[in-house]
Amino acid sequence: MGIIQILFFLLSALAIFSAIMVLVSRNPVHSVLWLIVVFFAISGHYILLNAQFLAIVNLIVYAGAIMVLFLFVIMLMNLNAETEPQKHMWMKLAGAISGGCFLLVLVSLVRQASDLSDKNALMKDGNVGLIKNLGKALFSDYVVPFEISSVLFLSAMVGAIVIGKKD
Amino acid sequence: MPIQYYIYLCLTLFSIGIIGVLTRRNAIIVFMCVELMLNAVNLLLVAFSKMHYGLAIGTPQEATAGLDAQIFVFFIMVVAAAEVSVGLAIIVMMYRNTHSVDINFLNRLKN
Repeated sequence: MGIIQILFFLLSALAIFSAIMVLVSRNPVHSVLWLIVVFFAISGHYILLNAQFLAIVNLIVYAGAIMVLFLFVIMLMNLNAETEPQKHMWMKLAGAISGGCFLLVLVSLVRQASDLSDKNALMKDGNVGLIKNLGKALFSDYVVPFEISSVLFLSAMVGAIVIGKKD
Repeated sequence: MPIQYYIYLCLTLFSIGIIGVLTRRNAIIVFMCVELMLNAVNLLLVAFSKMHYGLAIGTPQEATAGLDAQIFVFFIMVVAAAEVSVGLAIIVMMYRNTHSVDINFLNRLKN
Protein backbone atom coordinates (compact mmCIF):
# COMPACT_ATOMS: atom_id res chain seq x y z
CA MET A 1 0.00 0.00 0.00
CA GLY A 2 1.57 3.21 -1.16
CA ILE A 3 1.60 6.58 0.47
CA ILE A 4 -1.34 7.76 -1.68
CA GLN A 5 -3.58 4.94 -0.51
CA ILE A 6 -2.64 5.58 3.12
CA LEU A 7 -3.39 9.29 2.73
CA PHE A 8 -6.68 8.53 0.98
CA PHE A 9 -7.95 6.29 3.78
CA LEU A 10 -6.65 8.65 6.46
CA LEU A 11 -8.41 11.66 4.92
CA SER A 12 -11.59 9.66 4.30
CA ALA A 13 -11.71 8.48 7.90
CA LEU A 14 -11.09 12.03 9.10
CA ALA A 15 -13.83 13.42 6.85
CA ILE A 16 -16.44 10.84 7.89
CA PHE A 17 -15.58 11.06 11.60
CA SER A 18 -15.77 14.86 11.57
CA ALA A 19 -19.02 14.79 9.59
CA ILE A 20 -20.54 12.52 12.23
CA MET A 21 -19.23 14.83 14.95
CA VAL A 22 -21.00 17.75 13.19
CA LEU A 23 -24.25 15.89 13.78
CA VAL A 24 -23.75 14.64 17.31
CA SER A 25 -22.20 17.67 19.01
CA ARG A 26 -24.80 19.62 20.94
CA ASN A 27 -22.98 22.93 20.89
CA PRO A 28 -23.41 24.67 17.50
CA VAL A 29 -19.95 26.24 17.74
CA HIS A 30 -18.40 22.78 17.98
CA SER A 31 -20.43 21.72 14.94
CA VAL A 32 -18.98 24.60 12.94
CA LEU A 33 -15.44 23.72 14.00
CA TRP A 34 -15.93 20.07 13.03
CA LEU A 35 -17.34 21.14 9.68
CA ILE A 36 -14.15 23.15 9.09
CA VAL A 37 -12.20 19.92 9.71
CA VAL A 38 -14.39 18.20 7.08
CA PHE A 39 -13.57 20.94 4.59
CA PHE A 40 -9.86 20.61 5.29
CA ALA A 41 -10.08 16.85 4.70
CA ILE A 42 -11.93 17.42 1.42
CA SER A 43 -9.27 19.93 0.38
CA GLY A 44 -6.69 17.24 1.12
CA HIS A 45 -8.59 14.95 -1.23
CA TYR A 46 -8.49 17.63 -3.91
CA ILE A 47 -4.71 17.91 -3.50
CA LEU A 48 -4.42 14.11 -3.76
CA LEU A 49 -6.36 14.33 -7.03
CA ASN A 50 -4.02 17.14 -8.18
CA ALA A 51 -6.89 19.63 -8.38
CA GLN A 52 -4.79 22.37 -6.83
CA PHE A 53 -6.97 25.31 -7.83
CA LEU A 54 -10.09 23.77 -6.30
CA ALA A 55 -8.19 22.82 -3.14
CA ILE A 56 -7.15 26.42 -2.56
CA VAL A 57 -10.56 27.82 -3.52
CA ASN A 58 -12.24 25.32 -1.20
CA LEU A 59 -10.04 26.42 1.68
CA ILE A 60 -10.47 30.14 1.02
CA VAL A 61 -14.19 30.18 0.20
CA TYR A 62 -15.55 27.44 2.46
CA ALA A 63 -13.22 27.16 5.42
CA GLY A 64 -12.24 30.82 5.26
CA ALA A 65 -15.32 32.80 4.35
CA ILE A 66 -18.46 30.71 4.72
CA MET A 67 -17.62 29.05 8.02
CA VAL A 68 -16.50 32.34 9.54
CA LEU A 69 -19.89 33.73 8.51
CA PHE A 70 -21.61 30.78 10.24
CA LEU A 71 -19.50 31.25 13.34
CA PHE A 72 -20.30 34.94 13.32
CA VAL A 73 -24.04 34.34 13.16
CA ILE A 74 -23.94 31.69 15.90
CA MET A 75 -21.99 33.95 18.21
CA LEU A 76 -24.32 36.85 17.37
CA MET A 77 -27.29 34.76 18.49
CA ASN A 78 -25.46 33.46 21.57
CA LEU A 79 -26.40 29.85 20.85
CA ASN A 80 -25.00 27.11 23.08
CA ALA A 81 -25.75 23.58 24.19
CA GLU A 82 -28.43 24.66 26.68
CA THR A 83 -30.57 26.54 24.15
CA GLU A 84 -30.21 23.84 21.52
CA PRO A 85 -33.64 22.50 20.48
CA GLN A 86 -33.79 18.71 20.45
CA LYS A 87 -36.01 16.54 18.31
CA HIS A 88 -37.99 13.68 19.71
CA MET A 89 -36.09 10.42 20.06
CA TRP A 90 -38.33 8.62 17.59
CA MET A 91 -37.92 11.37 15.00
CA LYS A 92 -34.14 11.08 15.28
CA LEU A 93 -34.33 7.32 14.90
CA ALA A 94 -36.62 7.62 11.87
CA GLY A 95 -34.29 10.15 10.25
CA ALA A 96 -31.22 7.98 10.84
CA ILE A 97 -32.97 4.89 9.49
CA SER A 98 -34.20 6.61 6.36
CA GLY A 99 -30.78 8.14 5.68
CA GLY A 100 -29.17 4.75 6.25
CA CYS A 101 -31.61 3.12 3.83
CA PHE A 102 -30.72 5.75 1.23
CA LEU A 103 -27.02 4.97 1.71
CA LEU A 104 -27.68 1.22 1.52
CA VAL A 105 -29.64 1.46 -1.74
CA LEU A 106 -27.03 3.62 -3.45
CA VAL A 107 -24.09 1.51 -2.26
CA SER A 108 -25.73 -1.67 -3.56
CA LEU A 109 -26.40 0.15 -6.84
CA VAL A 110 -22.74 1.14 -7.19
CA ARG A 111 -21.57 -2.37 -6.29
CA GLN A 112 -23.62 -3.83 -9.13
CA ALA A 113 -22.66 -1.23 -11.74
CA SER A 114 -20.40 -3.06 -14.21
CA ASP A 115 -19.63 0.27 -15.91
CA LEU A 116 -17.65 1.41 -12.89
CA SER A 117 -15.56 -1.69 -12.32
CA ASP A 118 -11.84 -1.38 -13.12
CA LYS A 119 -12.11 2.38 -13.59
CA ASN A 120 -9.58 4.44 -11.70
CA ALA A 121 -9.36 8.06 -10.70
CA LEU A 122 -5.95 9.34 -11.76
CA MET A 123 -4.35 10.39 -8.51
CA LYS A 124 -1.27 12.57 -8.70
CA ASP A 125 -0.66 12.95 -12.43
CA GLY A 126 -2.49 15.06 -14.95
CA ASN A 127 -2.49 18.82 -15.29
CA VAL A 128 -6.24 19.25 -15.72
CA GLY A 129 -6.66 20.82 -12.29
CA LEU A 130 -3.89 23.40 -12.53
CA ILE A 131 -4.73 27.09 -12.43
CA LYS A 132 -3.29 27.67 -15.91
CA ASN A 133 -5.66 25.25 -17.67
CA LEU A 134 -8.71 26.12 -15.60
CA GLY A 135 -8.10 29.83 -16.08
CA LYS A 136 -7.82 29.43 -19.84
CA ALA A 137 -11.10 27.52 -19.97
CA LEU A 138 -12.80 29.91 -17.56
CA PHE A 139 -11.92 33.02 -19.54
CA SER A 140 -12.50 31.60 -23.01
CA ASP A 141 -15.33 29.04 -23.07
CA TYR A 142 -16.99 29.97 -19.80
CA VAL A 143 -16.61 33.72 -19.77
CA VAL A 144 -20.35 34.42 -20.01
CA PRO A 145 -21.32 32.26 -16.99
CA PHE A 146 -18.39 33.81 -15.13
CA GLU A 147 -19.71 37.32 -15.73
CA ILE A 148 -23.26 36.25 -14.91
CA SER A 149 -21.99 34.93 -11.57
CA SER A 150 -20.79 38.42 -10.73
CA VAL A 151 -24.34 39.69 -11.28
CA LEU A 152 -25.53 36.82 -9.06
CA PHE A 153 -23.16 37.95 -6.31
CA LEU A 154 -24.36 41.51 -6.61
CA SER A 155 -27.99 40.44 -6.31
CA ALA A 156 -27.13 38.15 -3.37
CA MET A 157 -25.39 41.05 -1.63
CA VAL A 158 -28.34 43.37 -2.18
CA GLY A 159 -30.74 40.62 -1.08
CA ALA A 160 -28.79 39.89 2.11
CA ILE A 161 -28.72 43.57 3.03
CA VAL A 162 -32.44 44.08 2.28
CA ILE A 163 -33.44 40.99 4.28
CA GLY A 164 -31.07 41.65 7.15
CA LYS A 165 -31.66 45.34 7.78
CA LYS A 166 -33.86 46.52 10.60
CA ASP A 167 -37.09 48.18 9.52
CA MET B 1 -7.45 4.68 -6.67
CA PRO B 2 -10.61 2.84 -7.82
CA ILE B 3 -13.47 5.21 -8.51
CA GLN B 4 -15.79 3.14 -6.31
CA TYR B 5 -13.90 4.20 -3.19
CA TYR B 6 -14.58 7.83 -4.02
CA ILE B 7 -18.24 7.06 -4.71
CA TYR B 8 -18.60 5.28 -1.35
CA LEU B 9 -16.92 8.14 0.50
CA CYS B 10 -19.11 10.76 -1.15
CA LEU B 11 -22.27 8.72 -0.62
CA THR B 12 -21.41 8.39 3.05
CA LEU B 13 -20.84 12.12 3.43
CA PHE B 14 -24.03 12.88 1.50
CA SER B 15 -26.05 10.48 3.67
CA ILE B 16 -24.63 12.03 6.82
CA GLY B 17 -25.82 15.37 5.47
CA ILE B 18 -29.29 13.97 4.82
CA ILE B 19 -29.47 12.47 8.30
CA GLY B 20 -28.45 15.82 9.72
CA VAL B 21 -31.18 17.64 7.82
CA LEU B 22 -33.72 15.09 9.04
CA THR B 23 -32.68 14.87 12.69
CA ARG B 24 -31.62 18.36 13.77
CA ARG B 25 -33.95 21.22 14.62
CA ASN B 26 -31.46 24.06 14.72
CA ALA B 27 -31.82 25.94 11.41
CA ILE B 28 -28.09 26.76 11.28
CA ILE B 29 -27.08 23.11 11.69
CA VAL B 30 -29.55 22.12 8.97
CA PHE B 31 -27.97 24.72 6.73
CA MET B 32 -24.49 23.38 7.53
CA CYS B 33 -25.60 19.88 6.59
CA VAL B 34 -26.73 21.22 3.21
CA GLU B 35 -23.21 22.60 2.77
CA LEU B 36 -21.81 19.18 3.66
CA MET B 37 -23.95 17.58 0.94
CA LEU B 38 -22.77 20.17 -1.58
CA ASN B 39 -19.16 19.38 -0.71
CA ALA B 40 -19.70 15.64 -1.10
CA VAL B 41 -21.06 16.27 -4.61
CA ASN B 42 -18.10 18.53 -5.40
CA LEU B 43 -15.62 15.85 -4.37
CA LEU B 44 -17.40 13.27 -6.51
CA LEU B 45 -17.35 15.62 -9.52
CA VAL B 46 -13.60 16.13 -9.16
CA ALA B 47 -13.00 12.37 -8.82
CA PHE B 48 -15.03 11.69 -11.96
CA SER B 49 -13.16 14.48 -13.75
CA LYS B 50 -9.87 12.76 -12.99
CA MET B 51 -11.32 9.40 -14.05
CA HIS B 52 -12.40 10.93 -17.34
CA TYR B 53 -9.00 12.49 -17.84
CA GLY B 54 -7.26 9.19 -17.13
CA LEU B 55 -9.40 7.46 -19.75
CA ALA B 56 -8.69 10.17 -22.34
CA ILE B 57 -4.88 10.01 -22.15
CA GLY B 58 -3.51 9.25 -25.58
CA THR B 59 -6.65 10.32 -27.39
CA PRO B 60 -7.24 13.69 -29.13
CA GLN B 61 -9.46 14.84 -26.26
CA GLU B 62 -6.61 14.73 -23.76
CA ALA B 63 -6.19 18.51 -23.59
CA THR B 64 -9.79 19.25 -22.55
CA ALA B 65 -10.99 16.03 -20.88
CA GLY B 66 -12.19 16.55 -17.34
CA LEU B 67 -11.89 20.31 -17.50
CA ASP B 68 -15.64 20.94 -17.56
CA ALA B 69 -16.25 19.12 -14.29
CA GLN B 70 -13.76 21.24 -12.40
CA ILE B 71 -15.23 24.45 -13.86
CA PHE B 72 -18.60 23.13 -12.74
CA VAL B 73 -17.31 22.62 -9.19
CA PHE B 74 -16.01 26.17 -9.24
CA PHE B 75 -19.45 27.48 -10.20
CA ILE B 76 -21.09 25.33 -7.51
CA MET B 77 -18.81 27.01 -4.96
CA VAL B 78 -19.75 30.43 -6.35
CA VAL B 79 -23.46 29.71 -6.07
CA ALA B 80 -23.00 28.19 -2.59
CA ALA B 81 -21.28 31.35 -1.36
CA ALA B 82 -24.14 33.51 -2.66
CA GLU B 83 -26.70 31.12 -1.19
CA VAL B 84 -25.07 31.14 2.25
CA SER B 85 -25.10 34.93 2.47
CA VAL B 86 -28.82 35.13 1.70
CA GLY B 87 -29.68 32.10 3.82
CA LEU B 88 -27.89 33.39 6.89
CA ALA B 89 -29.63 36.74 6.45
CA ILE B 90 -32.96 34.90 6.45
CA ILE B 91 -31.96 32.97 9.60
CA VAL B 92 -30.95 36.20 11.36
CA MET B 93 -34.30 37.71 10.37
CA MET B 94 -36.12 34.65 11.70
CA TYR B 95 -34.18 34.84 14.97
CA ARG B 96 -35.11 38.49 15.30
CA ASN B 97 -38.81 37.69 14.92
CA THR B 98 -39.13 34.49 16.96
CA HIS B 99 -36.04 34.71 19.26
CA SER B 100 -35.19 31.14 18.33
CA VAL B 101 -33.59 29.21 15.48
CA ASP B 102 -35.92 26.23 15.96
CA ILE B 103 -37.32 25.21 12.58
CA ASN B 104 -40.48 23.89 14.25
CA PHE B 105 -41.57 27.50 14.62
CA LEU B 106 -41.55 27.76 10.87
CA ASN B 107 -44.03 24.98 10.14
CA ARG B 108 -46.73 27.59 9.75
CA LEU B 109 -45.67 30.37 7.44
CA LYS B 110 -48.39 32.63 8.81
CA ASN B 111 -47.99 34.23 12.26
